Amino acid sequence: MNIVVFIKQTFDTEAKIVLDASGKIDANGVNLIINPYDEYAIEEGIRLKEKHGGEVTVVSMGGSRAQEAVRTALAMGADKGVLVSDPGLENTDEFGRAQILAKVVADIPHDIILAGRIAIDDGASQIAVRLAEALSIPSVSSVIKLEVAGTQATATREIDGGTELIEVSFPAVFTAQKGLNDPRYPSVAGIMKAKKKPLKSLTLADLGFGAGDLKMVINQYSLPTPRKAGRKIDGEPAQAASELAKLLREEAKVL
Amino acid sequence: MAKGIMIIVEQRNLQIRKVSLELLSEARKIADQTGESVVAVVLGQGIDELAPTLAASGADKVIVIDDAKLAEYSTGAYTSVLNKIIRKEEPQAVLLGNTAAGKDLAPRLAQRLGVGLASDCTGMEIDSANFLTFKRPIYAGKAFAHLTSNVRPIMATIRPNTFPVTPPDAARQAEVVKEVADIDAADLTAILKEVAVAASKRPELTEANIIVSGGRGMKGPENYSILEDLADVIGAAVGASRAAVDSGWKEHKYQVGQTGKTVAPTLYIACGISGAIQHLAGMGSSKFIVAINKDPEANIFNVADYGIVGDLFEIVPLLTEEFKKLVNE
Repeated sequence: MNIVVFIKQTFDTEAKIVLDASGKIDANGVNLIINPYDEYAIEEGIRLKEKHGGEVTVVSMGGSRAQEAVRTALAMGADKGVLVSDPGLENTDEFGRAQILAKVVADIPHDIILAGRIAIDDGASQIAVRLAEALSIPSVSSVIKLEVAGTQATATREIDGGTELIEVSFPAVFTAQKGLNDPRYPSVAGIMKAKKKPLKSLTLADLGFGAGDLKMVINQYSLPTPRKAGRKIDGEPAQAASELAKLLREEAKVL
Repeated sequence: MAKGIMIIVEQRNLQIRKVSLELLSEARKIADQTGESVVAVVLGQGIDELAPTLAASGADKVIVIDDAKLAEYSTGAYTSVLNKIIRKEEPQAVLLGNTAAGKDLAPRLAQRLGVGLASDCTGMEIDSANFLTFKRPIYAGKAFAHLTSNVRPIMATIRPNTFPVTPPDAARQAEVVKEVADIDAADLTAILKEVAVAASKRPELTEANIIVSGGRGMKGPENYSILEDLADVIGAAVGASRAAVDSGWKEHKYQVGQTGKTVAPTLYIACGISGAIQHLAGMGSSKFIVAINKDPEANIFNVADYGIVGDLFEIVPLLTEEFKKLVNE
């Protein structure tokens, strides 16, 4: 079984966000991690390989630092890595990146494509589904359980207030939701082995892409107005509870 | 010339999702300024009776696509049908709720149409040239991106609770058009075997007006009953912090924060939640925040409008009693 896992390197969830002089998100000094949802995708890919055989290829897009993320996935147990690294990626949107990714994936044998259901940086939750469309294959979003038999998978996906059970034939895309599995940490042996695993770097020109055709333009970034600490309600518990209820009704008018 | 703002309406068992009504209400306001029309598109089975409600909620035109294959949401069938409807209608904008279905459908539809998509938006405006611009949280609300596009239609999914619902006007009329569901066989490759929707008397977390949420300070799963009692008095949803979910006290679907759900209720009551940056990212755009925590130094107090330092096991039941009094008044 051939498995492709698409991952993204993101800011650490602890990161404070500041804008640089040009008004863009400042990545200086920020600790980078594998997008937490992508870890579930990597783990699922490795488990499928361990059970059914085959190969796991990790694909990522990003700057040179994204190599670390791919190496970590290789250390967890993936077999090969492909990194699309090109300054031109700055000028792409989700539409373009899905097309680039489709071109990369088309050259890799794939039965199952896995990705996190959302990246915690841009929170767009688009690329994996757009990739499926670009490849004209089905996708199942927000998967919390995946069972594979032969050339078919049965996926349990989270919906608002419940779950759905969906059956698809390969090739298909699945996006991983928390709860799918418990991702492993790379072992020391895994980290050593990962250094020798193949990691191919590609530019946009390698893939035949020129200047980006933006469908969506970001005009500017802004930061939220910081919330201010409000009022502490003192007094005995009963008195405080009564005061709070009164404030919520009369001042905040929310009850 | 592209025309109109199209709302893809979401319904289940003939219940229109609140977010769809929010979108209709806001689209109506914009359309009244720009002279556009509002087009509501609704898919499902046996849904004819929804048209008057959609008209009353702001639609000028209602497109009904009624077919057994559309009874339940599926990525393929819905994409197939809507792709054709949108190409035929040529709207300026296509808006969906950022729900489980909206999040799954919108990227696929956008890719097929060859257009951009602004996901999970919390703001929508028209600029001086009557161009729609969207504001969306990034880094789970630690920053915002402001987007627009020259490509039509411009597509966006809007976070529930972003816009208020305008009361329906039963006198409003709309043109109702029934379209046939033209589904390509190639789009029917994923088969929905089963839908399990847990019956809950509480509102869906992302759509709730009030959320009562518990963190590490709850000390164990059994103690959530005091939050549930409080929630049920005021019709609130119950949430949890990552600490509580990682401890196995609550399922992940209850998690609020950067790796859980992002919520924007009118009132968020945080009980025994310290206020880690990841949690604040998920609920920081709530209109009012109440914090109950025994640690006076807890970070949650830095963002709370009202805070009580004390033992939540003592305060929450007292608050429940106070709320009961208010509700009974």
